[in-house]
Formats: sequence, structure tokens, C-alpha cells
Amino acid sequence: MSIIYFLVQQTMFFSIPLLIVALGGMFSERSGVINIALEGIMIMGAFAGILFINIFQGALPGQPVLIIALIIAAAAGMITALPHAYASINMKADQVISGTAINMFAPAVAIYVARIIRTVQQIPFVNQFRIEKVPVLGSVPVLGELFFQNTYITTYLGFAILVVSWLALYKTPFGLRLRSCGEHPQAADSVGINVYSMRYAGVMISGALAGIGGLVFVIPTSTNFNATVSGYGFLALAVLIFGQWKPGRILMAAFFFGLMKAVASSYSGIAFLKDIPIPSNFYKMAPYVATLVVLAFTSRKSMAPRAEGIPYDQGSR
Amino acid sequence: MDKIQKKLFKSLPADALSSVAAIIVGLFAGFVILLLSNPSQAPGGFWAILSGGFSDMKSLGQVLYFATPIIMTGLSVGFCSKTGLFNIGASGQFIVGGYMAILVGVKCAFLPGALHWIAALLAAVAAGALWGAVPGLLKAYCNVNEVIACIMMNYIGMYFVNYIVTLTVFDSTQNRSQTPAASAIIPKMGMDLVFRDGNNISSANSGFFLAALAAIVIYIILEKTVFGYELKACGFNTDAARYAGINERRGVVYSMLIAGALSGLGGALLYLAGSGNGITVVDTLAAEGFNGIPVALLGLNNPIGIIFAGLFISYLTVGGFNMQLFNFAPQVIEIIISIIIYFSAFALLLKGIIQNIAKRGGGKK
Repeated sequence: MSIIYFLVQQTMFFSIPLLIVALGGMFSERSGVINIALEGIMIMGAFAGILFINIFQGALPGQPVLIIALIIAAAAGMITALPHAYASINMKADQVISGTAINMFAPAVAIYVARIIRTVQQIPFVNQFRIEKVPVLGSVPVLGELFFQNTYITTYLGFAILVVSWLALYKTPFGLRLRSCGEHPQAADSVGINVYSMRYAGVMISGALAGIGGLVFVIPTSTNFNATVSGYGFLALAVLIFGQWKPGRILMAAFFFGLMKAVASSYSGIAFLKDIPIPSNFYKMAPYVATLVVLAFTSRKSMAPRAEGIPYDQGSR
Repeated sequence: MDKIQKKLFKSLPADALSSVAAIIVGLFAGFVILLLSNPSQAPGGFWAILSGGFSDMKSLGQVLYFATPIIMTGLSVGFCSKTGLFNIGASGQFIVGGYMAILVGVKCAFLPGALHWIAALLAAVAAGALWGAVPGLLKAYCNVNEVIACIMMNYIGMYFVNYIVTLTVFDSTQNRSQTPAASAIIPKMGMDLVFRDGNNISSANSGFFLAALAAIVIYIILEKTVFGYELKACGFNTDAARYAGINERRGVVYSMLIAGALSGLGGALLYLAGSGNGITVVDTLAAEGFNGIPVALLGLNNPIGIIFAGLFISYLTVGGFNMQLFNFAPQVIEIIISIIIYFSAFALLLKGIIQNIAKRGGGKK
């Protein structure tokens, strides 16, 4: 059993950031803006958050530092997403180009600033955020060990974001308006919805969530930040498409990818997996191969937002 | 025909102008960053960026050396853009090409003389083409978005190459691929004699000429053949192309296949350059693939323009090395390039506006 607990806990570390970032991407894409910049935004969010932790962790206790760092990461993510929103909404530029620019910009800036402040590019931090055991809930047999031991508040934050995202997207006027801008912006405009501001809202939410996701990814899996999130932004993009732009399916996709990542990173410590002669690189490849296969079968009737990637021009029909 | 040619010449300065504008904004931003981080060293550092590539013959050789792979991936991205596809998968195509080149370079030493390196290049071209064809086929027959398929193929390629390098051509002391046999190294063709600073020899080799040759071939395919015309027609308007009797599915597959071949050749030209490069077994995508995107954008997807864009970005990179003498991190160059890309997205729009105004003005007359 302890192996299964371990694997579930590991899977959480990899799945939750994917879930948060893919949900962020969902808000952007359902409003009609492709956000290929998720990777860069994650890096900026993680960078700002870790820098804050690095400076303040001696002065403040663990959990408050983490919460403030998460807010800072969200803000940094929104700032990073702003130029993308401006280019793709106001300037009607190719959305892939500005996203590519941000993906190149973010790691370079993170390294450059880190080297000015600290002379080396790595930013170390002490992981004082791990919760050994949640009071009361951690003592519940099986479930307690699965979900409430050796965990982080970010895990619960991830699930909270999932619920709020689902409610916001399907149960509020805002969500309906956002989705209509991604499906048929002309129709949305004709009933008085401001397409530009809805798309800004979508990109900004994706910036905030991707920023948070960057920090959430770095904290349990590392002890220093080296200006990279190991391609998780692109993986989140795959999760988003694998999940067909829907919160529930995104959750399943994120856990499938997270499980594969967890197996790839820790399979040598798991007896029954170690005996199966599959090299770790194959586990690492699995999420990407699976995405391709699923896409091959599902893309004919793709659920992609119809106006995704097309700049909104009031004058066009 | 005459009219079209006139129009081409008219639009060319506007094109070039928009690229130049983006470059100026990017360089200016770079200078501001240097000023903010260290005012006293900034002018010297900035001058090092601007002049670095010309400081001596060795630096100039390094410019040619660094330009070679990114011209190839730039061609790959640019060729796809001409046919209406965005090839963000150059990284994966590049690394599988590089791997095949090394594999043939290490294992097939029995091949005589020049045949060895030519065989290695061809193997790389084939592997890259295969890696490019997968997203092409998925796009053509399963309607899979090529951007996502390419991103997936990048990671699959990276992990697959990491795996297979450790199985076949692994040098465990350095955690990377073995060095190819001398006969697999692309000939220098005297470039090591020209581009050197005393005993300090640059890594320039005839790979640059091969890249330039590839650019010319792509130019001829796109501009002078029916095949290229059909591919471009698919890029402009798929429905119209289909109506005109062009097989647009075939077009998608071929253009991704050719793009993959170009990136794969780029990988071979880097790893067979004889400069001691090898594939390191780390979970990082090959940067050369992504650097092809700014090269293609700056070169306006024109194969000849891409040669110059590749040289320009490589020139900045070499300048960035020299700038480190002034205690600046070389990442400034990447920041500058990313800002150039960002503004080149606007520049395309700006160009459209200029042309619209010109058209309206012409109509009134």
C-alpha cells in the first residue's frame, strides 16, 4: 500500500500545476485567444514567487510566505500575459508570434535578473511548505494517507481553482459571455458584449493561473529555481486539448499526464515497475504519444472554440 | 506579368522597412536594459554587441558557424509559413536529424572518403523528413492542429534521441554522444585558413555553403516550379486551391516533409561541423529549432531573406559572447531577439496598413 500512497502523492505534485495552467489556458482559448505563451508565463510566475520566498522566508513563517508568493506569482503572470493580450487583441497580430516571443523572453529575463541580483542564475529556497499531516483529515484511514499526508496547500488550491473555474465558465453570465466570444464574436458583439474586454479577461485569467501554476510546479519538485519549468507550459497546452477545453476532462487529462510523469521520475523506487523492462524515457514520452493518438481520433469533431486564433475585427462579417 | 513584378518591387522596401523597424526597437530595448543594469559599462557592452562579429576574422567565422543551423531551421519554419503551416516542430526534426548524422558518422566509418559525410547528411535529411511528415499526415488526414502535433513531436523526439543515444553512440564519461569519425566531418574547404585569428581557428566550414545552397533550392521550388506554386496556393486559400484542382492534403504532407528534411539537415550540419559538439543527454529541447522561428520571421519567410536573417541573429549571438567581457549576462541577446520577434508581429500589421493606404491612393487616381 505504501507504494500506492507514494505514487498518488507524487502524481499530485505533477498533476496539480498541469491542472491549474491548463485551466488558465482554457479561459484564454475559450475567449478566442490562443495562448502558446503559457510556458513563458509559468517561468515568470515561478521566478517572481521564488524570488520573494528566497528573500522573505527567514522573516516569516512557512505557509504565509507561500500564500503571498502565490499572489505575487499570479500578478507576475498577469503582467507577462499583458503584451500577449495587447498584440493579439488590439493589434490583431498573429497570436502564435507574440506567444513565441514571450516564451523566449521569460527565461532570458529570469536568468538575467537573477544574475544581477545573485550573480548566479539559480535561486535556492528552503522547502518549509510541506504539510506532514493535515489535522483530523490526515488520520482518516486510506483517504487520509492518500490525500492529506505529505501534501501542500497548493494541492487544495488546485482543486478549488477547478471548482471555481467550472462554476465561472458554466454558471455565470461572465462565463457565457466569455464562451460566446470564442465561438462567434460577431454574434456576441451584436448583443452588446464587449469582445475586446472579454478577451482581455480571458488572457489575464490565463496569465494569473499560469503564473500560479509555475510556482506550484517548482515548489514540491525542486529546491532551487533555474529559470525553467521543464516544458510544463507546453504539456499544459496538450492537457488542455486532450481535455477538449472542458474543466472536467482537463482534470482527467492532467491526472493521466501527472501519473505518467510520476512513474517516469520515481519508477526505479517502485519494485513492481522496476521489474518491467521499460526505460524511463518511454514513460516520459508516453503523455506526448498518447496526446497524438487521442488527437488523431478526436480532431475530426474537435471541440476547439470556433473563433480561436482569429483576431476580432468589428468590420468583418 | 510586368505588373506583378512592379508590385513585388514596390512591396519589398515596405517589407524590409518593417523588419528594420523591429530590429531597431529590439536593439534600443537591449541598450536600455544594459543601461539599467550597469550604466558605466553599458556603452562598451552595447558596442560589443554591435561590432562583435566583425572584431576579427575568427569572430566572423563564428558568425558563419552559428548561422548555419539556424538558417536551416529558419528555412524549415519559413517554408512551412509560405504554405500556410506553422512549423514549431523544428526542434524535434533537428535533433533526430542530428542523431542520425552522428550515428552514421560513428558507425559507418567503412564508407570511403566523401561518401561518408554525404551518407550522414542524407540519413539526417531522411530522419528529419520522417519527423516532419508525422504532423503533416495527422493534419492532412485527421485534422490535427499542426502546432500541437509539432510540439508533441518535439518532446517525443527529444526523449527518443536521449534513449537511443545511450543505447548506440554513448560516451558515458561526458554524458553525451560519441565524436563522429574524421571522414564524416563536413569539409572545411579552406574556411579554417581564412577565418582565423592567428592560431585561434574558428569553427567555420562548408556547411554554411550547403545551407545557402538549400536556401536557393527552396527559393527555386517556391518561385519557379508548379509544385511550389501549388503549395503556396494552399497556403493562401485552401478552399480556392482545392477548387482549382490542387490536392491540398498532399500539399500539407509534402510541405511538412520538406520542412522536416531542412531541419534534419540543420542538425547534421551542426553535429558534423567538427567543433566537438555532441548530443548531450538532458531533458531540454534543442534551442536551434526555436531560434529558427525568429530567423524566418525576420527573413519574411523569403529563403534569401532567411540567409541574411540567420547571419544577423548569429552576429548578435557572437556579439553577446564578446559582451560578457563587460560583465553582462549573454541572455541580453535573447531578450533583444524576443523583443524583435514581438514587434515583427506588429510590423506585419503595419505593412498591411501601409499597403492598404497605397492601394486606396492608387484607386483614386
